[in-house]
Amino acid sequence: MSSYALFLGCTIPARQPNYELSARKSLAKLGVELVDLANFTCCCPPPVQSIDLETSLAVAAYNICLAEEADLDMVTLCSGCFESLAMTNTMLKNDEELRARINRILTEAGKEFAGNKEVKHFLQVLVDDVGLKRLKQSVTRPLNNIKAAAFYGCHALRPSELLKLDDPERPRILENLIETLGAKSVEYRNKLKCCGGLLRGFSDDLALNLAKEKLANTAKAGADCIATLCPFCFIALDLGQLQIRSKLNETFNMPVLHYSELLSLALGIDPKELALETHKIKADGVVSKILRSR
Amino acid sequence: MNQAKAFSNVVTSRLGGETITACYQCGTCASSCPVAKITERFNPREVIKLSLLGEKDEVIAGDAIWLCCSCYNCQERCPQKVEIADVIYALRNIALKEGYIPNIYSEFASALSNDGRIVGVSKFVESKRPTLGLPPLQPTGMEALKKILSATGFTKLQKKEEKS
Repeated sequence: MSSYALFLGCTIPARQPNYELSARKSLAKLGVELVDLANFTCCCPPPVQSIDLETSLAVAAYNICLAEEADLDMVTLCSGCFESLAMTNTMLKNDEELRARINRILTEAGKEFAGNKEVKHFLQVLVDDVGLKRLKQSVTRPLNNIKAAAFYGCHALRPSELLKLDDPERPRILENLIETLGAKSVEYRNKLKCCGGLLRGFSDDLALNLAKEKLANTAKAGADCIATLCPFCFIALDLGQLQIRSKLNETFNMPVLHYSELLSLALGIDPKELALETHKIKADGVVSKILRSR
Repeated sequence: MNQAKAFSNVVTSRLGGETITACYQCGTCASSCPVAKITERFNPREVIKLSLLGEKDEVIAGDAIWLCCSCYNCQERCPQKVEIADVIYALRNIALKEGYIPNIYSEFASALSNDGRIVGVSKFVESKRPTLGLPPLQPTGMEALKKILSATGFTKLQKKEEKS
């Protein structure tokens, strides 16, 4: 059984029990143990990198140090956390000068970055530790009649040289994981384009226009739902639909489900245990389609 | 030293800004940019050009650098390996040091210093965790964080920002 330090971040505990519950329950079912360590802080994602990059690297490195002390690799559910932690981990492992610079800062907090642990995204744990074959065998409720639009967002894939999750221009990891559950992964225009999430709060009009394009393209492709892997993308597309309705006067009604939620349903977990009421665009239609197909 | 050289030295000496001088203005970044596709207010090639020409005030006081959505498409595709998204972070870092900071980033900075997270978890949401079947939240490492923020100068930067 593999064990990981779970880096929960902030948006998930603040707003998305649906993501946390489905990730915890599905990994438990698949025999992956999650350990909740004390004293993690903000991961320092792009908004903090925008304020001071050196601070972001130092705080991200501090968080990795906690996993190193516990002798555990880390797993993140949020792509913002993944970008910050995996990027910092690779940069500090590869660049001695930078590592020394950051370690001088960490000394103040009694830490030293050693660089002997991995930072993985939830999807990587499924592929590397469980494996698609065992995952397929664990499916008790195949999603046979579901068409899902794989939505990568940005920070699971890019900067690819540092994150190493998949090919940044032609990734397959999420499509493969979707199809392993029995669902169909539908292709749509501009699949790898940004959700606009990071412009929310600074330029809402641009953010909503970017999200609108994603929704229009996935709807046109005939998707039953969008499958996400990041809480920011989820907000941009789910809550975003209510804002697009009121501000841009366009209605989509496209359910957005985290991959972990589709996975949990396919593993036979009771939908009532997944806090699906968190969704602004109700997922009931997709869930009943899945339950009916048994 | 001329104005152009002086500002590009400032940018290249900052984390993230090191590669800016390799830009030869081909425009691959602009044609890969999802924001540039829907507005004329942001164009990564233009931001880099103005920076290399030493138009510091226009770059750091303007809105453009804050309109990058940090998607890294441009950075992936740049034939000169200019780390464009990181250059934008460096420009934002410089802007902030000089007192230009959008409200939302100000809020992120205070939230980080005060709560250790940029999105706060309310007491109400935290109290619902057991009913949902979620384990209690672990404590945040505020003590260590405060030391790190003070060592990097973030605390000072933020205090200055709050005063202005």
